[in-house]
Amino acid sequence: MQIFAYIINKNGKADDTALELALAAKKLDSEAQVTAIVAGSGIDSVCQEVSAAYNDVWKIDHAALAYPDSEIMGKILPKLLPEKAVLLLAHEYLAMDMAPGLAIRMNSAYIADVTDIEGLDGSVAKLVRQEFSGMVSTHNTCDLSDGAVITIRPGVFATEETPAVGGSVVDKSGDIVIPETQRKYLETVEAEVGDVDISNSEVLVSVGRGIEEEDNIEIIKELAEAMGVDYSCSRPIVDAKWMEKSRQVGTSGKTVKPKVYMALGISGAFQHLGGIKGSPFIIAINKNPKAPIFQVADIGVEGDILEIIPELTEKVNELKG
Amino acid sequence: MEILVCVKRVPDTSENEIEVNSEGSDIERDDLVYSVNEWDNYAVEEAIQIIDKVGGSVTVAAIGDDESEEVLRREMAMGADKGILLSDEAFEKSDGRGLATILKATVEKGNYDLILTGAQSDTGAAQTGAMLAAMLDRPYASLVNLVEVIDDSTLKIGREIDGGNQEMHEIKLPCVLSIQTGINEPRYVGIRGIRKVASVEIPTLGAADLGIDTATIGDSGAKTKCIDYFVPVMGEGAEMIEGDTEEIVVKLVEILKSKGGIK
Ligand SMILES: Cc1cc2nc3c(=O)[nH]c(=O)nc-3n(C[C@H](O)[C@H](O)[C@H](O)COP(=O)(O)OP(=O)(O)OC[C@H]3O[C@@H](n4cnc5c(N)ncnc54)[C@H](O)[C@@H]3O)c2cc1C
Repeated sequence: MQIFAYIINKNGKADDTALELALAAKKLDSEAQVTAIVAGSGIDSVCQEVSAAYNDVWKIDHAALAYPDSEIMGKILPKLLPEKAVLLLAHEYLAMDMAPGLAIRMNSAYIADVTDIEGLDGSVAKLVRQEFSGMVSTHNTCDLSDGAVITIRPGVFATEETPAVGGSVVDKSGDIVIPETQRKYLETVEAEVGDVDISNSEVLVSVGRGIEEEDNIEIIKELAEAMGVDYSCSRPIVDAKWMEKSRQVGTSGKTVKPKVYMALGISGAFQHLGGIKGSPFIIAINKNPKAPIFQVADIGVEGDILEIIPELTEKVNELKG
Repeated sequence: MEILVCVKRVPDTSENEIEVNSEGSDIERDDLVYSVNEWDNYAVEEAIQIIDKVGGSVTVAAIGDDESEEVLRREMAMGADKGILLSDEAFEKSDGRGLATILKATVEKGNYDLILTGAQSDTGAAQTGAMLAAMLDRPYASLVNLVEVIDDSTLKIGREIDGGNQEMHEIKLPCVLSIQTGINEPRYVGIRGIRKVASVEIPTLGAADLGIDTATIGDSGAKTKCIDYFVPVMGEGAEMIEGDTEEIVVKLVEILKSKGGIK
């Protein structure tokens, strides 16, 4: 089988997922020939970097690809890839924009956000993914006989070691034509900076949709104040405009690396957990004993935050005298 | 502007404990609270805000059984003008490609300038809008968190990317956009609003009405199939603290103190 991996790269560096995709490809088919595809402008160092982990690297270097626009790449790749190719991408912002359409244009199977690969039975892959915000997992079959586009959840194949393959770089830049598109990239607007930078906080009291109402946010602030630490939140709290965006933890918010993280009324969606680095000590309070957060937390309490938090604040205040 | 918004009825994960049934063939669906997919609600609100500014109409379409009518009515109570229920036994067990095939046929029955979907739904695949766009060969953008109408043929849109940064694009109509939460504040719909649209007729279209070859949808058209459900194990699992509230907070304070959580 020939497997391709689309490498996300920024500022001359490959994303962490570059190695993860190499590992995922081997897990899908240990015999497979695995080719990395690196597209961009001025990408020699990226190609060199990833070549260690792949059989070969296809370099697509073009000024028009300086910004990785999925409407452009989404039309280039189906022409460039051989028929029935299996293409892996990391399930993040570029893939969500490009990958499903690629599968249609390549007339191949599509499966998104794979969290584990159980193997191959003939041309049918058995893959694990999650549904309902990570509350249940599913086994899925994906028929690879007409090729496939598969997106892999970032982090699930995280590894320290580089599979020593040591491939060469093949320049494919001359094989592509930049297509006309109906969507033009204008600019990237950076996220607003808030009053605190939670990415440096040592302790975070973090609240989720379990807080139920805007008025209740106060009890979180009171706890944080009593503890003398910063507060943060999950995305729905920001969507509802109950806290500013700069306090959102997660892939589309801030990456934090505290020593202690309190997850209060937060279910533990992977986009939330994706923003928590450095293996903090996690204390979770949630009224649903099956909430995924309990699987990653160190200490769990099954209970109502509206009842527990005010009492906890009082105890902390007592302690401090 | 003529806008179609694709919506889905899903179990509400913030209201339910989702459990796997004893055979592992599905989740336990009895007694579940259903609602409209969170992302779709933002998409409908955005559509309504667009036509409030530039005129036009909003149609909502849902693939599902009769019960999906309830979410269509809810979105019509928000302000959508028309609803279409896409229902047929042949639609069951469709994969993403199958669902996009059904929606493509629906789009081609109308004359839409703009098609919106939610960024993702209960399956978390985030695929329907992108597949639909590719099938229609129309431009597409995902995770859209800003829409500005420039003129009759152009929109300026923002796409959410990592770290809360935003990619700005100009996109030509007709196009397909998938909408991210937080783009607006969806209006509240009360019982009265829903009553008002209770008697509006919602046509049901099946595979024959849409001219769909049933071999391309449903189980037979699916290249990707879900075969069973199970409860994931992600880590060691938390040590659970038990007791009454007093005992719990005493223990929590102890732990917080020992871990340097109290400054
Ligand atoms: C592209 C993309 C990017 C995203 N980026 C982010 C991101 O950066 N950050 C992020 O957080 N999310 C992000 N999300 C959203 C993410 O998928 C989840 O929807 C979100 O994290 C859920 O937030 P939550 O846990 O607060 O809410 P829910 O999942 O609704 O969970 C609420 C929890 O509170 C519990 N609860 C309810 N009431 C109480 C009570 N009284 N006491 C105790 N517990 C209670 C419930 O049991 C439940 O577990 C993103 C999604 C997408 C598609």
